[in-house]
Amino acid sequence: MAPQHPQAPTSLKTRGRSRGIMPTVFWRIAEDIPPHLKWFLVALSILLPIGLWWFLAFQGAKFIPFPGEVWQALVTLQKQGVLQKDTLASCFRVGCGFLLAALLSAPIGIAMGTFASIRALCEPIIGIVRYMPSPAFIPLLILYFDIGELTKIILIFIGTVFFNVLMIMDAVKFVPKELIEATYTLGGLRHQVLFQVITPHVIPNILDAFRVNMAASWNLVVVAELVNANEGLGKRIELAQRTLSTDKIFGYLIVLGLLGLAIDLFFQLLLRLFCRWAVD
Amino acid sequence: MHLETFNLYKHFTTRQGQLLVLKDINLHVETGQFVCAVGASGSGKTTLLRLIAGLEMPTSGKIMVDGKPVLGPGAERGMVFQSYTLYPWMSVAKNVGFGLKLQGVAKSLRSQRVAEYLDVVGLSQFANAYPRELSGGMKQRVAIARALASQPKILLMDEPFGALDVQTKATMQEFLLDLWRRTGTSILMITHDVEEAVFLSQRIYVLTARPGSIQQEVQLNLPPERTYTTRRQPNFQHYQDEIMDLLRTKPSPDIA
Ligand SMILES: Nc1ncnc2c1ncn2[C@@H]1O[C@H](COP(=O)(O)OP(=O)(O)OP(=O)(O)O)[C@@H](O)[C@H]1O
Ligand SMILES: [Mg+2]
Repeated sequence: MAPQHPQAPTSLKTRGRSRGIMPTVFWRIAEDIPPHLKWFLVALSILLPIGLWWFLAFQGAKFIPFPGEVWQALVTLQKQGVLQKDTLASCFRVGCGFLLAALLSAPIGIAMGTFASIRALCEPIIGIVRYMPSPAFIPLLILYFDIGELTKIILIFIGTVFFNVLMIMDAVKFVPKELIEATYTLGGLRHQVLFQVITPHVIPNILDAFRVNMAASWNLVVVAELVNANEGLGKRIELAQRTLSTDKIFGYLIVLGLLGLAIDLFFQLLLRLFCRWAVD
Repeated sequence: MHLETFNLYKHFTTRQGQLLVLKDINLHVETGQFVCAVGASGSGKTTLLRLIAGLEMPTSGKIMVDGKPVLGPGAERGMVFQSYTLYPWMSVAKNVGFGLKLQGVAKSLRSQRVAEYLDVVGLSQFANAYPRELSGGMKQRVAIARALASQPKILLMDEPFGALDVQTKATMQEFLLDLWRRTGTSILMITHDVEEAVFLSQRIYVLTARPGSIQQEVQLNLPPERTYTTRRQPNFQHYQDEIMDLLRTKPSPDIA
């Protein structure tokens, strides 16, 4: 008697493949996870390091202050007005340097992405200069501009502008060619294609580039302040090092992180407000 | 409107050397006509349409619209691409009105015209939707409305329904015929779907496979009022078979 349900050849059933893909929640690819799991993991991501930190402090590890001590140090600095002054000074430098870089990099990046001629003109030199670490410019900047705010702003500018330009240029390459051609067949002129098609198409990418490169600006402001400054978040860290005040160092690092996060969220908000079409 | 091409040739320079894509193309479209060009994949159909649109220059030969040579793209030759090329950051209404905006048409007239054409393509309720919220057929209708809103002398269409399913395709074909009758726009449409070409057009150019050249011009004598019953006409099938046979014959082996 022939079997009614013939078995698949066993060779096809090896290595557990026969059951297909196992259902999962945690390892879903490119899909959302349930909200309660998400919030649990988010909380874990913050609380676990803090717990570890507290544990190390509790164990009496060298130069590791308790979270409470760090909080106290910050409160004290805030009461003295030092924290505000430092934050303001650093924000001012990052703000100026970054704004300058942004204002310049958006048009240059768009122009380089759009016109092969401008690209040929600018890409080689930018490609070289961007590999020069901007802190290496500090000695020269001090010679040319003296030790002052201008030197710090220019340092941040140099460290940000080239990456912005190249990222924006790359974004322009992803504007579909047919969209540009469709514009021509609708009677569009070159400048209309540039300003009314290419530019709006890359604005989300520009905001993204700004968001990413903002991190570089924050790195550089600390570097600049280590060289010379009266106040600033980076400067305070250096001063704290001299007195071995690790509580202040921890506190300022956290402030730096939170400020960066706030700026990041601000850019994401801008994207959601002005480029609804590009975000889900 | 009178569109005519004279001895069009098009080469592409590739890594393998010169590639002859179009060979001696002579075709014409008159005011209010609906003309189709059919050919196998790779026979240069898209290239032909791009030449007429002015997006690409012929290697030799020329293209005349109303006695003037085509030197570049222009609003009098509207184009509908095979892939739905809508501006993703603009609403449906803004997409449809964009050509008019580019040409400097005043806002009040523009919104009036947009409303008109949205109505024509039956998408008035979707005026404020974004392209990503639309289905493929709806997107293509927006693209058609956008091209028509600029009131081109001729509408060039590159396999506009190629990516649609059978039902949607049939609906869109009837929609396009209706649109054509109401607006009186001349249409030159490229397709590889022989049935579609016979159903829609009054005249068909059959292209050979690479290099694309005009193998035959087929004049269709079908009733002007095309409905789904047209497909059941005996000579509908006859035309389809005739063109199919033409497409099957190998081109003469004189490929350069
Ligand atoms: N820019 C280009 N450079 C080089 N070769 C090209 C270029 N554009 C098209 N070709 C070649 O020309 C030939 C015809 O291409 P075309 O896109 O016009 O064909 P088609 O008839 O539209 O095909 P399909 O039905 O698949 O859309 C192809 O062999 C293609 O490789
Ligand atoms: Mg094609």
